[in-house]
Amino acid sequence: MPTPFEYAPAPESRAIVDIASSYGLFIDGEFSDGSGGSLKSINPATEEVLAEIAVASDADVDRAVRAARRAYTRVWSKTSGAERAKYLFRIARLVQERSRELAVLETLDNGKPIKESRDVDIPLVAAHFFYYAGWADKLEHAGFGPDPRPLGVAAQVIPWNFPLLMLAWKIAPALAAGNTVVLKPAETTSLTALLFADICRQAELPPGVVNIITGGGDTGRALVEHPDVNKVAFTGSTEVGKAIARSVAGTDKRLTLELGGKAANIVFDDAPVDQTVEGIVAGIFFNQGHVCCAGSRLLVQESIADELVGRLKKRLGTLRLGDPMDKNTDIGAINSLEQLERIRHLAGVGDDEGAERWTADCDLPAKGYWFAPTVFTGVTQAHRIAREEIFGPVLSVLTFRTPSEAIEKANNSPYGLSAGVWTDKGSRILKMASAMRAGVVWANTFNRFDPTSPFGGYKESGYGREGGRHGLAAYLDVV
Amino acid sequence: MSPSPVALISEPGAVGDVTRSDAALRRFLHGLPGVDQVGADARAAALSTRSIKTTAKAFAIDLAISMIDLTTLEGSDTPGKVRTLCAKAQRPDPHDSSVPMTAAVCVYNDLVGLAKAELGDSGVKVAAVATAFPSGRASLAVKLADSRDAVVQGADEIDMVIDRGAFLSGRYLEIFEEIAAVKQICHEDGASAHLKVILETGELQTYDNVRRASWLAMLAGADFIKTSTGKISPATTLPVTLVMLEACRDWYDATGHRIGMKPAGGIRTTKDAMKYLVLVNETVGTEWLTPDLFRLGASSLLNDLLLQRQKMATGRYSGPDYVTVD
Repeated sequence: MPTPFEYAPAPESRAIVDIASSYGLFIDGEFSDGSGGSLKSINPATEEVLAEIAVASDADVDRAVRAARRAYTRVWSKTSGAERAKYLFRIARLVQERSRELAVLETLDNGKPIKESRDVDIPLVAAHFFYYAGWADKLEHAGFGPDPRPLGVAAQVIPWNFPLLMLAWKIAPALAAGNTVVLKPAETTSLTALLFADICRQAELPPGVVNIITGGGDTGRALVEHPDVNKVAFTGSTEVGKAIARSVAGTDKRLTLELGGKAANIVFDDAPVDQTVEGIVAGIFFNQGHVCCAGSRLLVQESIADELVGRLKKRLGTLRLGDPMDKNTDIGAINSLEQLERIRHLAGVGDDEGAERWTADCDLPAKGYWFAPTVFTGVTQAHRIAREEIFGPVLSVLTFRTPSEAIEKANNSPYGLSAGVWTDKGSRILKMASAMRAGVVWANTFNRFDPTSPFGGYKESGYGREGGRHGLAAYLDVV
Repeated sequence: MSPSPVALISEPGAVGDVTRSDAALRRFLHGLPGVDQVGADARAAALSTRSIKTTAKAFAIDLAISMIDLTTLEGSDTPGKVRTLCAKAQRPDPHDSSVPMTAAVCVYNDLVGLAKAELGDSGVKVAAVATAFPSGRASLAVKLADSRDAVVQGADEIDMVIDRGAFLSGRYLEIFEEIAAVKQICHEDGASAHLKVILETGELQTYDNVRRASWLAMLAGADFIKTSTGKISPATTLPVTLVMLEACRDWYDATGHRIGMKPAGGIRTTKDAMKYLVLVNETVGTEWLTPDLFRLGASSLLNDLLLQRQKMATGRYSGPDYVTVD
């Protein structure tokens, strides 16, 4: 047998990024101390403390909202669309120029492979700013009437799975439409948002147009409940989303929610098999499965289930799990101990329910939070692992016999964020796409994103759309 | 996929079954799972971002050198040119005897005897292109005579072309029989030449065609499947090689036999060669990382590999005057 081709370590250098030992709050164009204590941001791949992050107290939140209001009233609402576009283009270019720095920091703070932050996250961040920069002076042509107005101050709370990308999804359309923002990144992944604050300064964005405050759930709650915000945008768990919806009810705040998912990835017997296997991998193992639109339920036509699952397992054996900073790493670290425990718990539930667990054969590093790619077969609709969002690298495999059964099973979920369809037959793609109660339907691909395409959910996956022309509506005073 | 043709072929006598008529062969080839072009391109592109450094690079450079079919296929080829090439194949870097020999020298038919004599028992094989290379536009009798001539002269390997016209008009059985006939010639009178079947994927164009042609060649007895003649653009590409390697893998899963793979044409740099080796490594696995099962059809690639090899040894780049021009 020939000598194995072992890839030598190919670590990306972290020298490009300066991480301060502590960070304050970015309010009114400046960093200032918070008065709510601090928390530690950890590299989940090594458990090393990267920096101390300020926790914004209620008073800090109020200070940030007031800064945003002032900037809205005095500056941003009077700034022309063409002028706003200039700032957004400038930010987009700065993101590109500093892309390596941002990618390295994202990987250190989040645990995702450098390959992904370098090739997916950061390029999409820049693309999003470029895209909405283009809309800023064309709002009257967007189909919302002759002179659509902004809402005012937007309170934005984002998750830890795509820290900078979710920031871009929130901030770019808000600014393009003429709003000012107060954004709170997730408590485990604040660092790229704080670096973004520096980019705003570099772009000479007027103070107060973008404010970034850090902290945990209490800070987020204080922000969305602040009486002077006009708009709340949240991406995260369905549970928190429901709480926000309750707190916003009865006020005149606009609300968009992008919540959980349990997407069906549906494979018919005429699917292009090798690409389907890749699509299943991209669907659930991309970003360690920390993707709200992940294809976590594989619905495969029964006649090909064994063959497909066999091929899938073989492919999973080639995934490289380990140091996220290594350029050849495919699967990085789980973002936090809390999330790792949730994944372990739900996988344990899968065992108890009688599903058959298979785990890719790979060594897990001794330090850090890791979970090997896992496939459950013999899963039924009645199993919790077929219904609840695991938000980790765990795939549940179910089977179907006919297209109508596939539709029924795919839609039989409280969620409706995304779905995938794999078949060589074009007419079937169209039929399935229109039958799916899901915001995004991918055909013969999965987890592909583009700023021109609206994204959002049905049912408990939330409401409102981000991206594309539709994404503007969330930040304009239009119905 | 249902029931999978891949599984069908694993039953005893199955090859005879699916090739008993044009209709049966067509049913089989068209029953193979489709290839989604966007997905195949994306997979090949993703694999080409692998970062191969230090020890891995050194390993890959030597492996790539040992897999080269050092090729000259020009109307201007002369005995002098072929002698130079044979010397280069045996001793790629005159200053460094630790450089492995290339796998083979690949020439036109009439120069096989000369190459054989030059290479002697060095272990470097002689490959001859046959069957009216590169177009394949000749009568069966001429193609077979062409192949027989190469075998008689002592070629270790025959690189034949398929009739792309026949393929594109759906006459699969005709191609099957042609390949089988050449295969027979490879083993005539005690000879045991290896048969490489060139699909000329640049003319087949779609990946579905590439997959079908790969299976057709394997059914007919190919020892290797090869992408291109190098005379048509595009020659080999990463996704085409990926699709062909997947066919090799599926054939192995069904039959237990390993078929070799040879991308050819347009592979000029060390970086390119690494991408191919990564593709092999992550599609069919370590077992294929040997000159017995993977070749690179190339000419200028060797010098770039040598330059990179020197750079790894000395820490600096030398230059084109420090490798031999052949």
